[in-house]
Amino acid sequence: MWVFLVTEIMFFGGLFMAYLLYRYKYPGGFVAGSNHLDIVLGSINTVVLICSSLTMALAVYFAQTGKRRNQILFLVMTMILGAAFLVIKGFEYAEKFRDHLFPSTGFRWEAQLPHGTTTQQVQMFYWIYFAMTGLHALHMIIGLGLIAFLVYYAYRGRYTPEYHAPVELTGLYWHFVDIVWIFLFPLLYLLGRHLEAAH
Amino acid sequence: MSEHIVQKNTYFLIFGALMVGTALTVIAAKVDLDHFFHGANTVVALTIAVIKATLVVLYFMHVRYSTRLIWVVVVAGFFWLGILFVLTMSDYLSRSWWIKPIVESQ
Repeated sequence: MWVFLVTEIMFFGGLFMAYLLYRYKYPGGFVAGSNHLDIVLGSINTVVLICSSLTMALAVYFAQTGKRRNQILFLVMTMILGAAFLVIKGFEYAEKFRDHLFPSTGFRWEAQLPHGTTTQQVQMFYWIYFAMTGLHALHMIIGLGLIAFLVYYAYRGRYTPEYHAPVELTGLYWHFVDIVWIFLFPLLYLLGRHLEAAH
Repeated sequence: MSEHIVQKNTYFLIFGALMVGTALTVIAAKVDLDHFFHGANTVVALTIAVIKATLVVLYFMHVRYSTRLIWVVVVAGFFWLGILFVLTMSDYLSRSWWIKPIVESQ
């Protein structure tokens, strides 16, 4: 499982590399694009995801100690929190589509940009924003599917203190997805907020 | 798999630390730290993110209680990511050193 997670580090790592490079090349576009994101929804989602990591960790704990009812309860709570994250993300996406901020031929940026910053540079930020959060959301959806399997088999009583590796491994995957968000949140939502405050 | 069972209290403690980290990151992002040095905000944000990620890896993912092999795999994974960043950026950052004299001579 850990070897799989290392390949996942590389998978997301490529996108973080793209982020690093374009942020270096287009600092103005990144600040303008980032400051336009919804910091409240982003923060709420961070909290929701960390809560879901806690419930997942507790689900593993109850699998290890053989408490089936609590295990199912916390797995379902993890799924609810994961779904809540995706719904909030969906609202954010809907807003971006409405404002023509999805990077495609219809991309429009109406607000003023500092000298030397072009619409294309802001569009580059939104490319990376959608690619990274989109891939992250895809991982969340896969994670929800995995946990749904766990709930089913936990209900059937398959997991015991001796055998609960699937719960443990899905937990690892879920925490990994949480870690990706821990980095995405400050890098995408918070990178230029201090400049906003100054003006 | 290690069979060390992490106690519930440990999870709650780490959860609390992660929440504090999240709050700190949002607050710190809004304060202009550029007068210390350019990019200080990013350094602070990334430091908090790395601490949070380390807590998740060590406790939620049980690496602290895992075998040496798991440690090697985890460290190698992040080390490799570092190679990706360092080598790629050393290319891009140094490209302009070469191009500049050509542009100036025209």
